[in-house]
Amino acid sequence: MSVKATTGSDLLITHRSFRAFASEVFGPLLQVFVFVVGSAVVLGGIVLLLAIALRGTREDIDLVQGTIIILPQVVIDGLVRGFLYATIALGYTMVYGVLEFINFAHGEIFMVGAFVGAFFSAALASSGMLTTLSPILFVIAAVLLGMSVSGVLAMLIERVAYRPLRNAPRLVPLISAIGVSLVLQDVMRMITVNTGLGFNAQFRTPDLGQPLVLAQMPIADERTIPVSIDSRSLIFIVVAIVMLIGLNYLVNITKLGKAIRAVAQDRATASLMGIDVNRVIALTFLIGGALGGAAGILFGMRVGTINPYVGFLPGLKAFTAAVLGGIGNITGAMVGGIVLGFLEAFVASYLSLFTRGQFSGASYADIVAFSILILILIFRPSGLLGEAVTQKV
Amino acid sequence: MPLLELKDVHTYYGNIHALKGISLAVEQGEIVTLIGSNGAGKSTTLRTISGLLKPRRGEIWFQGERIDHLPPHKIVERGVIQAPEGRRIFPRLTVRENLEIGAFLRKDKAGIARDMERVFHLFPRLYERINQRGGTLSGGEQQMLAIGRALMGRPRVLLLDEPSMGLAPVLVEQIFSIINDINAQGTTILLVEQNALMALAIAHRGYVLQTGEIVLTDTAQALRENTLVQHAYLGIG
Repeated sequence: MSVKATTGSDLLITHRSFRAFASEVFGPLLQVFVFVVGSAVVLGGIVLLLAIALRGTREDIDLVQGTIIILPQVVIDGLVRGFLYATIALGYTMVYGVLEFINFAHGEIFMVGAFVGAFFSAALASSGMLTTLSPILFVIAAVLLGMSVSGVLAMLIERVAYRPLRNAPRLVPLISAIGVSLVLQDVMRMITVNTGLGFNAQFRTPDLGQPLVLAQMPIADERTIPVSIDSRSLIFIVVAIVMLIGLNYLVNITKLGKAIRAVAQDRATASLMGIDVNRVIALTFLIGGALGGAAGILFGMRVGTINPYVGFLPGLKAFTAAVLGGIGNITGAMVGGIVLGFLEAFVASYLSLFTRGQFSGASYADIVAFSILILILIFRPSGLLGEAVTQKV
Repeated sequence: MPLLELKDVHTYYGNIHALKGISLAVEQGEIVTLIGSNGAGKSTTLRTISGLLKPRRGEIWFQGERIDHLPPHKIVERGVIQAPEGRRIFPRLTVRENLEIGAFLRKDKAGIARDMERVFHLFPRLYERINQRGGTLSGGEQQMLAIGRALMGRPRVLLLDEPSMGLAPVLVEQIFSIINDINAQGTTILLVEQNALMALAIAHRGYVLQTGEIVLTDTAQALRENTLVQHAYLGIG
């Protein structure tokens, strides 16, 4: 048989068609989008059915109407939580991909990102610029700053605490990671209490504007209530989506991305291709750390007050999200984050409603969400998008 | 001066003394083969040359430069390129991406495109599978891809580790004739094989390895006629 494309330039992808480009960059995001819509529809359907079933149990309010009224807000809450876990989970899953190692200090890298933002806003406030700066410029500057500091920090940690242990038994770098995580918490606590920022640090921002009203939802008697998204949540979702697009571009299109995938699939053979494996691993930490730092900034901006221990729980949950999606799988980390975020948001809001406030949803959300997670993992141990573990021959 | 030379190389796996003083030379333009049974140290020799294993003693020279202290990617940069044992195709990269990654260190887009074209002329089957993932290829196709991927790096010396492993006889013939073509086009080859019959048919010279030591070296013709080799490796006598 003959080779049809005989001019070599046809073989190399030098100029991608828009379609090929879109499918490689947006294909994974489409999958994420499917899970966003799917989670919202499935969970929304479940709570509606529950509301109908429990309709008679409360005389004070119409349960079905109550369920519908808060639904848009719950979905937005789920999106914000989902994107928070997704951006942090990417750091876990990328590092796991190249090293098969869980970087338990990643939650603290996220926390450091949040504090970079707090220091930045405090510095701006003391120079009087915080109120005059354009909010968009502030958000961009804070995110870029958090990304650089956390990214470089993650890379340094790899160099100092993980690389020397690369050939040690599996548990050893894991312990090192836990050690790094405790060190980072306490060093940050030392810094904050000694610099006047305080243990509970304020993350102040310029006026970010009014909530954006998306629609008016009709309730009884011609009255309507607004469905709105507050500006901080909106910023969170927009920045997270931009970062996910950027990451998919980086991993699926660029030469570095190809090198990262090669190292993840077979480290020794990647080095036989001329890939500097140590450099690729360092850059993987840089990228994962930068995503974690950006998540920290967005998180700090949204909650307003942070302390040196805020990285622990989101870090643990993001790790869970990465496992849920299929650890090592980049799209899986995003999907896992979204599913976990939605589960939490729905349980947090509807548990109180359905139990007449006997069980506060906010405090029981983790129990219910994680029980469901365990169930999912029992039936899909390799995660939602995980592939069967490939045997390395 | 040989293109590639090993001088009294000793390599260990932990405490196991795997290579016990290997000395060999490959001249520009040759096909040199290392034959020997399982566990003789053939793959270990190639892994040591590529820098995946560090020799505890001895020296490795390439084009007048000592390379045994270099990391693998620096050795690849000098043109010592290996198609490893078991093919080691990146299973979740496409055929095209596998070939592109073989040219990872190169920047000359036109040259890379020409070489990819050359690989597809050598292995038309790969062209049919261009957008398929490496892991979905058959064993023979994976071997073609492994050799093609190594060629994409423009090797000055190509290290081939057991290219016949696990392949049907008709495919083995095909692969060996292509190896011969690659050499005829100017690439020096160091070929490790258990299939001594095939290896000695295309090689210029050969070394016989036994438990980490070279026990015999000669021209391929002389090795084919050697009674020890015939008895132990060619199944004759």
